Formats: sequence, structure tokens, C-alpha cells
Amino acid sequence: MTAMPLSPALADTITQRFIRKRRLAFAVPAAILAYLIYAAISFDIAGLAQRARFDNAAILLSDFWSHKTHVSRDNRSGKVVIAIEGEGKGTYPEGMLPDWVTMAGSVTTIDLGTGHVVTYDDAGARMTVPGYGTIDIRSVDGRPALTAPQPIPDWISVSENRIGVTTDAGRFTYTRSKVETFRYQPGWELFFFTLDSPFYGKSFGELASLATVGDRIDPDRSNLGYMASEVWTNKMWRHGDVAWAIFETILMAFLGTMAAAIVALPLGFLAARNFMPLGPLRFAARRFFDFIRGVDGLIWTIILSRAFGPGPMTGAIAIAITDAGTFGKTFSEALENIDERQVEGIQSTGANSLQRARFGVIPQIMPVLLSQVLYYLESNTRSATVIGAIVGGGIGLLLTQAIITQKDWEEVAYYMVLIILMVMLMDSLSGWLRRKLIKGSPS
Amino acid sequence: MVDIAFGPERGRRPDLADNREAYLEMVRRKRMYGGILMVVFLALMASGWMLADDRNAGGFWDGLHQVFDFPAEVLAEAWEKRALLPGLFWDHVPALIETLNIAAVATLLGALAAMSLSLLATRSLARWPRLVPLFRRTMDALRAVPEIVVALVLIYILGGGPVPAVIAIALHTGGALGKLFSEVAENADLKPVEGLQSVGATWSQRMWLGVIPQVAPNWLSYALLRFEINVRASAILGFVGEGGIGHDLKLAMQWGQGRYDQVVAIFLLLFLAIVVIDRISDHYRHKLVKGH
Repeated sequence: MTAMPLSPALADTITQRFIRKRRLAFAVPAAILAYLIYAAISFDIAGLAQRARFDNAAILLSDFWSHKTHVSRDNRSGKVVIAIEGEGKGTYPEGMLPDWVTMAGSVTTIDLGTGHVVTYDDAGARMTVPGYGTIDIRSVDGRPALTAPQPIPDWISVSENRIGVTTDAGRFTYTRSKVETFRYQPGWELFFFTLDSPFYGKSFGELASLATVGDRIDPDRSNLGYMASEVWTNKMWRHGDVAWAIFETILMAFLGTMAAAIVALPLGFLAARNFMPLGPLRFAARRFFDFIRGVDGLIWTIILSRAFGPGPMTGAIAIAITDAGTFGKTFSEALENIDERQVEGIQSTGANSLQRARFGVIPQIMPVLLSQVLYYLESNTRSATVIGAIVGGGIGLLLTQAIITQKDWEEVAYYMVLIILMVMLMDSLSGWLRRKLIKGSPS
Repeated sequence: MVDIAFGPERGRRPDLADNREAYLEMVRRKRMYGGILMVVFLALMASGWMLADDRNAGGFWDGLHQVFDFPAEVLAEAWEKRALLPGLFWDHVPALIETLNIAAVATLLGALAAMSLSLLATRSLARWPRLVPLFRRTMDALRAVPEIVVALVLIYILGGGPVPAVIAIALHTGGALGKLFSEVAENADLKPVEGLQSVGATWSQRMWLGVIPQVAPNWLSYALLRFEINVRASAILGFVGEGGIGHDLKLAMQWGQGRYDQVVAIFLLLFLAIVVIDRISDHYRHKLVKGH
């Protein structure tokens, strides 16, 4: 092949196009960068660094995988209370102690592990830290007085009325009114059985033998049933309520999506050019869909929760209304794209319009319809979580409540794990159904 | 006819001589299955609605006639104060711009992440073919986390403002767009990539010059669609968390009567913004996909 000499005009255009392309290749990233810089300024990223509370992040991360037990003594009455996470529901009953706490008369000894030992007694309280010494606190004229090896390190904070010690093994605080020790341990405590349950503290083997061959603890019911009900009604983790909440969320998504599809299908016919010869009616149907979609799900949710009150039905109706608009649009588009010959074939056998729709049209749009519905079922499980947070129902409500109290982060972690599992489950379920129901669809 | 030969057992095989009977038999069975499915579905729907109605604070029939009470009340008050509406519009435009900015930045960042994730997760293009499943699972996990979860946790750490919402939406967008992007990239023509490889191009050069130009129209179209979705998500996150027009709406709603003119102004602003964005993105998506 010989090289064809380019005519000068053509060469010029090509060069110019190259130059333009090259400019564009720089201009687009530059524009994106400029926009991001503008956004960074308007979002006040610089101020964010100061507002960010990384100690909160530390609390959150440690709560995600561990729990803390409070051992506190009221300095006036001398009463010692041991409570998991400091909650009433996690308080050890009288006479029951974790194995790292010993009480003899008025002396309480707390073994924090790795040689850290805290002792409460009548004179005050002291903590032994290996490699440092003993931090001794006595009450002098109602004020805490500190005796510790000098110089005082920075992990001991001393003020007039409060002395705090923070170590890796745990935290120790002494104030005029009370002395408190926190011990951090891995795991989510009381996840299955609370302290007042007869099954608390038993190993898996013991539980298995109790459930199968052991004597009945409660003569009225089997141990297995007793265990199940103890887990279900667990006061700390509320497994029963959580299970209901998850179910409510899925229910909202299911009812909302299906109702939207049922409503949108006939309306889709109204908005399709080949089924609705009356222009104004078609126009009205289309604008109706646009209106529903334009008024965002958020607004529908607010309006509906005013009328129906909080709960899963409000959420389901909100999802149904929002999605009816989207479905109406996609269904009518699918209807406009069908093959008319099938419908004509059915018509030639003398079928009426309903029969034509049922046997000539529906089978053609079924794949589009089903895949849309299943896709939205999955995506609505996520929306139902958010909508639940607004209308007050389902797992979204539990999650926002747990986050707003800002202390039960282990519950937040639990709900997050459950939500992610729920969404993944619905994702694979809808994918599986799609493959089963729509033959010949890829993967 | 092959599947008939491998069909039911000998005695129960449909008689080929009697085509009509066999066909009707098939139709009957199909209808029966369809009918059973329909009944199950209807039963599920009915019991589901009844259960949902039961667990709702207000009942369906009690609430039904109240549906229009609230909008009527709001509209009546707004109508009385209609002279104030244009001014209120202007008051809330900055919040609307913030909402749009949140959505745009999140879409941009999410799309950038999705671009690299999707190329790494497409079997024929992957930089490290062994790690394809890892990147796929990453995208699945990003998609599965609802925005609200990330946003609320980040509000606790970062304090209020738009940044938690941006990060939350961007993470979700990265996962959602990554999946769609990788489906597009799977169908890309590999010849340009091979051509570039033959002249010694690195992986990033092959992707940038060989794949991106092919998939750009479809990717852009998906990104635009995602922007639409993200505008709505950003309004909702504002309502639940902080920042943007959603937050203004929540404040006005909490105030209740006396600020309904504000509620209407915000509703209208949000409605108009969503409709306009839908229209524009629809237009450009058609242009991009149809190629003119």
C-alpha cells in the first residue's frame, strides 16, 4: 500500500480536531477539579478538621467489638453496683459477681488483668499499675487526696474534686460522691442470655446438654423452648423486636413495590401511544406519572405519615406512590415498543380487547415488567430503611434511635450488620427470581 | 420434538398422534400453576396489608379521609401568605444549591471510584485477574450499605454539615455505578486494547485510550441517571440528618402551623428542581445512548 498524500485542507481539519480533542482532554479534568475545589470551600472542609471528633470515632470503634463493665461504689452509702455498660438491664443481681471481682466485707477487689488491680475499702480506693506503682486515693475532708509515685504521668488527671486514671486495662475515676472502674472486654456481652436468666454464663457444651438430655429447669416447658424464649425476650438486645423490625422493613418494601406495579400496569396502558388513541387522556396520564415522580418520596412520606401515623403501612403506601410513577413510565415505554403482529394474530381469532391485552401484550412486556419489579423490590428494601427512619417503623427507626442516644454503639453495629445482611439477602433473592422467571436472560 | 423424547416416562408421554389433547393438557397445567401462584400472591398481599395496617399507629380507613387534610391546611395557609412566597423562594435557594452540590460531588466522586473499580472487576480488562472477585465483592458491599447508616455514623464523628452526606452517597454510588459500569465494559471491543498493548501501552493507557472512549456515552448516561437519584437521596438525608433543603424542610415542619408558607416554598422548590433535573438528564441520556 502506498501512502496517500493528504490534501492540505484535510490535513488541516484533522490537526485541528486533534488540537480540540487534546484541549478537551485537559479541560474536562480541569473543570471537575475546579468544581471540587469550589465544593470543598463551600462545604467548609477546613473547618471540618477542627469539628471532627476523633475521640468519638475511637469510642465507636471500641464499642463495635467490645463491651465495658462498670464497677461503681457510692462513697456515702458504700453500696457497690456492677453493671454491664452501666445499664439497669445489665446490672448484676445481689450476690452475683463476675469472676474478676471479689467482695469481702467492705473491701472490693477488681482484677483488671495484666497485673492491674483496683481495691475499694473504707479508707478510699487504690489502683496498682505494674511498672509504675500504687495510686492511693483517700478521702480527706470529703475531698479525694492522691498519693502516687512522683512525677504524676499524664494518664492520671488530677483536679480538686476528681481523679481519673486511664490505662489500657481499664479506667478508674474517683470523685467525692463515687468511685468507678470500667473494664473493657471483647465481645457483645449478654447477647444470648441476660444476667437474670438461668442459662447465663453456661458454655456451649453445657447448653447443648441442657437442651437435649438435661433436667427441666422450668417444669412447664422444655429447656430448648425456655432458651429460645429467653433469647427472644432478651432485654439488652431485644432480639424479638429487632426481628419484627426487619420483617416490617421487608414487608414495607414488598407491599409497596407490588402495589405500585399493580396500580401502574393499567395506568401504563393509558399512557402508551398505541393503546390510548385519545391524546388528552394520554397526556394527562403521563403528566400524572411525572407529577408523582417529581413530588419526591420524602414529601409523600411526610404527607402520609400525617394522615396514617407512624408504622409500616404508611411506609408501604409511600413507597407504592413514589414507585407507581416510575413504573408507569417504564411500563408505558415497554408497551410502546411491543411487536404489533402478535396482537393482530390474537385479534384475528376474534379476541376482545381484554383478551388481546392478556394474551398478546402481557407476555411480551412480562420480562421488562418482572425485572423492573424485582430490581425495585431489592432497592426498596434499602429505601424502606430510610423511610422507616422518617415514618417511624422497622429497622430504620431502631437504628436512628440507637444512634441518637449516642451510647449503645454495639447495638448500632448489630443493626448495621443486620441491615447489610438483609439487603444482600434481598439482592440475591431478587437476582435468583429474575433468573428463574425470565428465561434466556443473561446470568 | 427432542424434548418430548426425553420428557416424561413412557406411559405418560403425550401421544403425538393426538397433538391437540397434548397441547390442551399443557395449557391446563400452565394455567393451574399460574392460578396457584396468583392465589398465593393475593393471599400474601392481603395478609401483608392487614398486618401492616395492624402494626400502624393509625388505621388505613381512619387515615384515608385525612390524607388531604394536611395538604389542604398547608395550602390554605400558604395561599393567605402568597405574597411572601417569592421571598421565601430566595431564602431557600442556598439550601437547594447545597443539596444539589452534595448530590453532584457525591456522584462525581462515586463515578470516579466506580470507573476504576469497574475496570478492575471486569474479567477481560482486569489489571490483576486474580483479584476480580475481591473487587466485585467490594462493590456489592458498598451497594448494600444504605446511605443513612453511613451518614448517621459519620455525623456523630464529623459533626453536622454536608460532608457526611457526601461520603455516604458517594460510597453507595461507587458500588451501584461500579456494577453498571462493569456490565458496559464487559461488552467493550477488545481490539483497540490489543492494538495498544502491541505498541507497549501500560494498563492505564490501554484503559484510558482503548476502553474509556468506547464506554463513555453509556457510562455518562448511567452517571446522569444516578445524579437524579442522588438529588433525591441528598434531600432525604438532609431531612434525617443535616444539611441542605431537607434540613430546612424538617425545621419548617417541626415548627408546624405558622410556617406552612415555608413548607410550601420548599416543596415547590424541591419539586421544580427534581422535574428540571429529570428533564435535562432524560434529554442528554437519549442523546448519549442514541448517539446523536
